[in-house]
Amino acid sequence: MATTSEPWTEELVEAAGIKLHIIKGGTGQPLLLLHDEMGHPGWLHYHAALAQHYTLYIPLHPGCGQSDHLDWVMNMRDLAFWYLDALDELGLGQVPVIGGSLGGWLAAEMAAMCPQQFKRLVLVGAMGVRPPVGEIFDMFLVVSREYLRASLTDLASVAEAQQLYGSDPTPEQTEAWESARELASLLGWRPYMHDPSLPHTLRRLRKLPTLIVWGRQDAIVPLSAGEAYHQAIPGSRLVVLDRCGHRPEIEQADEFVRVVREFLQN
Amino acid sequence: MLIGHFTEQPWQDNTTGLMGTQSLDLSISNGVYDPKVGAKLYNRYLDEKIYADQIGFDALMLNEHHSTPFCMQGVTNVGASILARETKQAKIIILGNILPIWDDPLWLAEQLAMIDMISYGRLVSGFVRGGGRESVSHNAPPHFNRERFEEAHDFIIKAWTTPGPFRWEGKHYHYRYVNPWARPLQQPHPPIWIPSTVSVETVKWTARHRYPLVLLATKLGPTKEAFQLYHDTAAEEGYESGTQNVAYLWKVHVDETEELAEAAGRKYLSGVSNPFLAGNEGAVNPAIMNLPGHTSRTSRKLAATAFGPAGRFGTNRRPYEDQVNDYTIISGTPKTILPKIRHVLEYIRPGSVFFWDGDGAMTHEDQMRSLRLMGEEVIPAVREMGKELELFSPFEVDPATGKPLTAAAGAPQPATDSATT
Repeated sequence: MATTSEPWTEELVEAAGIKLHIIKGGTGQPLLLLHDEMGHPGWLHYHAALAQHYTLYIPLHPGCGQSDHLDWVMNMRDLAFWYLDALDELGLGQVPVIGGSLGGWLAAEMAAMCPQQFKRLVLVGAMGVRPPVGEIFDMFLVVSREYLRASLTDLASVAEAQQLYGSDPTPEQTEAWESARELASLLGWRPYMHDPSLPHTLRRLRKLPTLIVWGRQDAIVPLSAGEAYHQAIPGSRLVVLDRCGHRPEIEQADEFVRVVREFLQN
Repeated sequence: MLIGHFTEQPWQDNTTGLMGTQSLDLSISNGVYDPKVGAKLYNRYLDEKIYADQIGFDALMLNEHHSTPFCMQGVTNVGASILARETKQAKIIILGNILPIWDDPLWLAEQLAMIDMISYGRLVSGFVRGGGRESVSHNAPPHFNRERFEEAHDFIIKAWTTPGPFRWEGKHYHYRYVNPWARPLQQPHPPIWIPSTVSVETVKWTARHRYPLVLLATKLGPTKEAFQLYHDTAAEEGYESGTQNVAYLWKVHVDETEELAEAAGRKYLSGVSNPFLAGNEGAVNPAIMNLPGHTSRTSRKLAATAFGPAGRFGTNRRPYEDQVNDYTIISGTPKTILPKIRHVLEYIRPGSVFFWDGDGAMTHEDQMRSLRLMGEEVIPAVREMGKELELFSPFEVDPATGKPLTAAAGAPQPATDSATT
């Protein structure tokens, strides 16, 4: 399964009772990335940039890629529990974690349950909290291509976005989307993409340095949710990027990497 | 044979502009809904069903859809309850209650038991999984659609047949006290029939459960294949299936003259958009058709290959004339429609048929003319065809065993002592 010509490798490891498909690449201290409701998009510009300073671990969530399904997982909190168990077994120690959108919700749940598991927490356009103003975009009423268009302020103007999403999806992309979408449905159908109790649990993060990154024009999860996260997590830092929608790591990749690196190194 | 009547009970008006135009599924706000129009339409459709009972239909078929003008019956059990009281002899065939959108299937079990009793045992309780439209309308999790269907099905049968109180702590449904003061009249419980539109998974599940399968207006070729798949699955299960296990719904309208019949037949295509009415489907939202996890991805692939490249949607977007040519729509005088009905019966051999009529833009008068002629001429003639072709309904031959239940179907009669007669 490992490929030698790419800057990353893939492995299938035993973790907390199932086979877990993990993408790994880079040099340096481990950095955990939790993908979102569209699946792992491939090795992007921001991955390559971060990989110069960190070893990236990108697990494909149960049910995605070649990771086994978990029949007993019925909601996000169940998945978070399983992932903490899996992290124990993977032996990465106290890792920094970055989660975007659905992956951000997952990261927040895991961190609230077990703050000492993580060195740093980065939430990017995270789901999980009901926005005080506006609503989280209903991803299930539109086809994937339209969801992606809504996610990005201007697909055409960002080269990497054009490359990824500018033409018909590849079979691999379709497979990644469909399985991640099924997981997203399982975790976020009702209440839609949030847990009413999550904000109350985030007080536990007062000792875990947390960075919240949001695109000002995010049309999927409104900025008010980012502000709510910021309110709920004592000592957290909120960075809002202009001319940016739901995917800062693609739309403003360089600025995103700069902000994240500065935070991780501090 | 069993001969039934069906209509979607479509919205009809001349202010919303919905009739004869193509609308996108789930895009019409109920802000345009006029309850005065609704009240008249509900009562009209009930009058038509009551008349159908009176003139000799064996069965009245009801369905359910939500949030959409093409079907006003958002709650099939309301319609069934009224018919339970207001009709006398026809079976009341619900095709079907949408199990996965029920968060409380015990309530459903109670409603159906009441309907069965009030109708003195005329209920046929069909169950369906529903499509994306229903999952969205009632926020039922699509990824658990199949599991909720199967667990609710098992639970309802238990609630109908096992004396309470008992507990049920399943994966999706949880009860500590199941003890409804309502039990169905029919024993062990009302018959369960399963409607489908060529889902391979559903056909096999239905055959394994020995429930009659009703195919809903699918093209004749795929219908025949689906029936064969059912019979093959039944053979694997080790029981003898037959015409009593399969049923077919399709558009049949009868009228006094060919001109009236054609005018009415064309009205199938000029009502509000209906994704199930070829030529008038409207625009379907593909995201809602493919909610994540609703249909397993293997099942979808099997359906596409097993039933031809266009699948069920091979029937869509076709002109009236084409649909007449391939028997999708049969509309004419009794003289011209009877041979066509016979062709369908000979080709796919269903033990029960449902004539889908009074839909689209058809008026009350259009429907009443058809119902009258059905009662006077068509139903008796189709019954004769059924006898000749040996097409038996599940009330004549037991679908679970293949054993005849009535004399006409060959059930042995008890010996009589001629001295006492």
